[in-house]
Amino acid sequence: MTNRDWPLWEVFVRSRRGLSHVHAGSLHAPDAALALRNARDLYTRRQEGVSVWVVPSAQITASSPDERDPFFEPAADKAYRHPTFYDLPDGVKGL
Amino acid sequence: MTSAALALGDDALILSHRLGEWAGHAPALEEEVALANIALDLLGQARVLLSMVGDEDELAFLREERAFRNLQLVEQPNGDFAHTIARQLYFSGFQELLYERLAAGDGPFRPLAGKAVKEVAYHRDHAEHWTLRLGDGTAESHARMQRGLAELWRFTGEMFQPVEGLDLDWAGLESVWLERVTEVVERATLTLPEGPRTGAWTAGAGRQGLHTEPFGRMLAEMQHLYRSHPGATW
Repeated sequence: MTNRDWPLWEVFVRSRRGLSHVHAGSLHAPDAALALRNARDLYTRRQEGVSVWVVPSAQITASSPDERDPFFEPAADKAYRHPTFYDLPDGVKGL
Repeated sequence: MTSAALALGDDALILSHRLGEWAGHAPALEEEVALANIALDLLGQARVLLSMVGDEDELAFLREERAFRNLQLVEQPNGDFAHTIARQLYFSGFQELLYERLAAGDGPFRPLAGKAVKEVAYHRDHAEHWTLRLGDGTAESHARMQRGLAELWRFTGEMFQPVEGLDLDWAGLESVWLERVTEVVERATLTLPEGPRTGAWTAGAGRQGLHTEPFGRMLAEMQHLYRSHPGATW
């Protein structure tokens, strides 16, 4: 059995203070249970996390670099999408 | 206390060194890190245990073969990956049960055992997962796993010989160990080796300082740097 035969997995780690799982990297493993254990060994050695997800890389649908302009460019000049045009009434707290 | 600390410390030190030998040779990078992690856990345990006896470096690097008190099981060469997993399955299952009992007691090993039992539970989990996959994998992996289990079987009886200074129910420890190993081995579609585990024709005098042939060579490699450059630091 060689690494070449093992599928690739993406690893997401939730840190002690974090609310969400953050992509940490990828690894090879023969199945999900061992991928989780390999992720523990590779990405949480220094107390980085309290929870780990692994996802088969093949299951991820990603945007293509070729589509970058139509995907992301149009958002660049639409500053009104940021909620910065409101006058805050007096007395509103926590914003 | 001293002889027990030496026995447990030498088990951890020697197995740590054997597992460290996989660095650069493991079948996959991920598995190399996993084995190195286990080796480092064991090295940490060895440092605590040997420091209870004396100077950890002197004990590790300046003792002769006959002064080591580790089980013969842990000094056995790595063999192929399945062979190493068989050694891990046998030893980590034993070590977990031992530490569980030491952690529940009130002896001098309680602090170490309480911390290390979590490490060792992971070592056992790692060994079990690989036993299942190799046993229930391809015909080749099945045969290798079965061979590893068989070759190391005769070293397993020594684990349950009472260690001076540890007041434990060794027979009870052994029956739980046997039950758990049997369960994993059968689930992995393998068969538990037959043949004796104790007695005249089996191995097992490591606790008395008698070791197998490969141990001398391993010690030479482990100790040569320290002995060539006494007192060197880096």
